[in-house]
Amino acid sequence: MLELIDVAKSFGPTRALAPLSLEIRPRKTTVLIGPSGCGKSTLIGLMNGLIRPDRGSVLFDSTAVTAANSALIRRRMGYVIQDGGLFPHLDAGANVTLMARHIGWPKAKIEARLEELADLTRFPRDALARYPVQLSGGQRQRVSLMRGLMLDPEILLLDEPLGALDPMIRSELQTDLKAVFEALNKTVVLVTHDIGEAGFFADVIVLMREGAIVQTGTLRDLVDSPADPFVTRFINAQRAPFDALRGGPQ
Amino acid sequence: MTRSPPLVAIALLAWLLAGSLAAGAAEPPAPEVRIGSKKFTESVVLGEIALHLTRSAKVRAVHLRELGGTRILWNALLKGEIDIYPEYTGTLRQEILSGLDIRTADALERALADRGLRASRPLGFNNTYALGMLPAMADRLGVEKISDLVRHPGLKFGFSNEFIDRGDGWPSLRRRYGLPQAEVRGLDHDLAYRGLMGGGIDVIDLYATDAEIAYYGLTVLTDDLRHFPAYDAVYLYRADLTARAPGAVAALLRLEGRIGQAAMTAMNAEVKLKGVAETKVAARFLAKTLGLDVTAPVEGFFARLWRRTVEHLTLVAISLSAAIVLSIPLGVIAARRRTLGQVILAVVGVIQTIPSLALLVFMIPLLGIGGPPAIVALFLYSLLPIVRGTYTGLHDIPLPIRTSAEALGLAPAARLRLVELPMASRAILSGIKTSAVINIGTATLGALIGAGGYGQPILTGIRLDDVNLILEGAVPAALLALIVQGMFELAERLLVPKGLRLSADS
Repeated sequence: MLELIDVAKSFGPTRALAPLSLEIRPRKTTVLIGPSGCGKSTLIGLMNGLIRPDRGSVLFDSTAVTAANSALIRRRMGYVIQDGGLFPHLDAGANVTLMARHIGWPKAKIEARLEELADLTRFPRDALARYPVQLSGGQRQRVSLMRGLMLDPEILLLDEPLGALDPMIRSELQTDLKAVFEALNKTVVLVTHDIGEAGFFADVIVLMREGAIVQTGTLRDLVDSPADPFVTRFINAQRAPFDALRGGPQ
Repeated sequence: MTRSPPLVAIALLAWLLAGSLAAGAAEPPAPEVRIGSKKFTESVVLGEIALHLTRSAKVRAVHLRELGGTRILWNALLKGEIDIYPEYTGTLRQEILSGLDIRTADALERALADRGLRASRPLGFNNTYALGMLPAMADRLGVEKISDLVRHPGLKFGFSNEFIDRGDGWPSLRRRYGLPQAEVRGLDHDLAYRGLMGGGIDVIDLYATDAEIAYYGLTVLTDDLRHFPAYDAVYLYRADLTARAPGAVAALLRLEGRIGQAAMTAMNAEVKLKGVAETKVAARFLAKTLGLDVTAPVEGFFARLWRRTVEHLTLVAISLSAAIVLSIPLGVIAARRRTLGQVILAVVGVIQTIPSLALLVFMIPLLGIGGPPAIVALFLYSLLPIVRGTYTGLHDIPLPIRTSAEALGLAPAARLRLVELPMASRAILSGIKTSAVINIGTATLGALIGAGGYGQPILTGIRLDDVNLILEGAVPAALLALIVQGMFELAERLLVPKGLRLSADS
């Protein structure tokens, strides 16, 4: 499906990614997690060619992603970023359908697909005519998700999609997002720094640190057989809601 | 669901359409004879006389009034931009052809013939240069002759700009008389009289036929060393005009020896002191002298306002449209390529600092007189605000939005059209609006090189010291600027996508 072979990336003198390899498993949800600056966002950028590797190669469907073919390949990959990255000059519907209109889908097909996606993401249809500035943060992310899914991509890449939302909306969206993943049964790569979120979504967790992969496995693998003391430290760093009441770690 | 319109294309089309319509409306049947005149009253009157005469000979003629100084007229005649203009023999010998040391009338005729030109015989008056003072001061200092000025080095001189630079003007006059005065200022000839009466200056240059000499009772200083040559008025015309429009030449030559010193001075006085239109003064003179019945077609207020509006809008619309077409791509390149972008911004910035008058005059050798040089100059001035607006608008698009457009799989050209230009539309439109307003103001200077427009009455008003005439140009120009500004506010509502307007309000 998607394979990164021996890729490395530096920005100026800063090394973002040490040479590493990773295979994304089809029809599974892979979560990239790690502290800030660990290279997880760089890694997802390499997958759709927004970032070019200094060395190594990225294979999508057995084809190397290059500068020349990346624009076409991206149409087969949905992409959702923090706070949506919606185009402020277009209303929600136009944001979702921009690409389909650009490549000349028939109008009826576009309409049908838009309604289907609105239902799937539980986005109110009458809000499709609103502009991004008129939408709530959660609604913007639903629009962003619809936009990523419009062309029915083979893989969905999400870079901290819920990072800017308050806890209640975040939780609601997590539930809806997981339902969407399960309904579509697509290959998903999601970046987060929240281990709870990772555990909620992931079939496979890839824990990263300083540009390298520390461990790959399920949440259970990470808890039961950590590859490194860092794995345990990282998992335990997250405070559970009732720690304070139980007199647990402060 | 809305589709964002190709905003820039719409804006362009609207302007181009307006431009071509205005240009089409401004195009009368091509004239056979073009008469030019310098920017002082006598020259304009002589130009009007030539216009009436040639028209009475059934020749389609136009008069390009107040084109500027001697150099502009002479070069325009050489290039065939004009066919006829009134000139003075002294100016020809001492200034235009000063390198040839022409002493006789025959020699002058040969020199002109070499350049494809001819001159009429003298019209009958000698408009020589002279120096003048207020009589009270002249009496007090005991100044009667130019050589008396040597004894009064503290006197302040105020000369017309052309006089200061001309070979037969101040430089040689100063050498000839050994004049010691240090304070010599250049100013417009028509304003010099005001300066003299106000006491800001003590001595000015005069033309012998100026109406103001008698009116103010000025003391004319005797040219005791005979520095100034004779400045016999003649009509200069292109030799090929004899074949092209023989009727026009024949009509023109009827004036040889017919305009005396007193008649010319009286005509100048009628225009400058009584405020009679040049065209009427010229018509009356022709009726009296040649018994010619020419009805001076007096253009009504609204007719001339409309004509000037069309002329002005033509200048603005064509130059602004061309600037939009070039500036937006330049702004796009500037936003995409860092180094090249700095070069582009620097170059259009430097163009903006060239004084407008200098740029207009600089255009004349390249493009002649009239609309084209003015349009090119205005075009150059319109670049910076639009290039900057485009550059800034594109540059300020937030990174997540650019990334999203790229991640969707849009090619660079499609990203520009569907996302980046619409998002920059407000900044681009605001640049165009600034350009349009500057352009409307600067276009008033186009009258200096024969491009017409609202600048024409301003120019004439300054010459005649007529505030009403100045306002007749200045007020419509200001109104036009306001209207255009309002139209752009309206265009912003139509062209800037609703989502962006909402963002700006919230």
